[in-house]
Amino acid sequence: MSEVATAPRAGDFMRLDPGFADPVRDAQGCFRAVLDAMAHPGRIVQIPTALPDQLPLGPATASVALSLCDIDTPVWLDAAAAEAAGYLAFHCGAPLAKTPAGASFALIADADAMPPLGGFALGTDEFPERSATLVIEVAGLTNDHGMTLRGPGILGETRLDVAGLPARFWSERAALAELFPRGLDVLFVCGNALAALPRSTRVDL
Amino acid sequence: MHSGSPSDHPSEIVERQRWLAVLAKAPVARLEAAWDTADDKPAYRLLRRGETGLVMVRGRIGGSGGPFNFGEMTMTRAAIQLLDASGNVAYTGFGHVAGRSARRAELVALFDAMLQDPARHDAIADRVIEPLAAEQDAAKAAQTAKVMASKVDFFTMVRGE
Repeated sequence: MSEVATAPRAGDFMRLDPGFADPVRDAQGCFRAVLDAMAHPGRIVQIPTALPDQLPLGPATASVALSLCDIDTPVWLDAAAAEAAGYLAFHCGAPLAKTPAGASFALIADADAMPPLGGFALGTDEFPERSATLVIEVAGLTNDHGMTLRGPGILGETRLDVAGLPARFWSERAALAELFPRGLDVLFVCGNALAALPRSTRVDL
Repeated sequence: MHSGSPSDHPSEIVERQRWLAVLAKAPVARLEAAWDTADDKPAYRLLRRGETGLVMVRGRIGGSGGPFNFGEMTMTRAAIQLLDASGNVAYTGFGHVAGRSARRAELVALFDAMLQDPARHDAIADRVIEPLAAEQDAAKAAQTAKVMASKVDFFTMVRGE
């Protein structure tokens, strides 16, 4: 567990915001939306959020974190999301990963500054699920143009344009394809909108 | 639970431990009544709704006196934030109670937060905490007296002859 830092004590409770208003139903609703997105790569779903404004994370990112993260899933935060550490420690009990390689979930608020994809946990051939899920905040998501996606869960092909994502993301992701079943699953979020790009999806460059 | 005796802690922590212990053992009806009759109710929001889970209770089970897992019990916790006039968070209170009553945990958290406010502390301590503490002490003393009355001294038993 040397990859895992001790979560900061949420000593300053004054600045904490509430979590889900109805933890069970809200988490189930968010889980269902993420499941739908993962089953249909590229499809843009709306996260039914019931969170207060002014969170350190975007509403969909915070909902995903509250729904999926717990004490067994170390979370890595990029510098832009670091302020959320206390919030996640209090509401999820999730430990903070010191490095991208030690994280089950990576919450990335500044896509331009994200570390190379190869630096995240990719799983092993025996346990490919021991890989990281990336939640990346982007400037916009649209379906009518952009990258062409093919693969399981897509009838024929679909288009997904992700605004505000550095070009190197696509080449780094393509380089991971030969490692399959190892790889990374990615959730793009923008406000309340979310689209998934699981490792099984092929992207035309 | 916590390691070390309460005297290891600064006095404000010892004091808070005492009022939380009194509140946690108080019946929900008494807490509800105390809240209903409180004057100058503060605005508040729920930081963590009452949520029920299990905690492992440890105790001196073996003859050596070392702590060991005694068993799990149902517990409900809640956290609330008192808001000041401009809507900012002023104090955060926590409630942990045995059982499944979310409302009870929220009331304990509410009183914990109010007791941290110097402007409210004395009134609530006098009106809520001290009467409850006196009742709990009396109930414990009565129970102890009842049990002590049935105490059997075994020193009169002699084996052999």
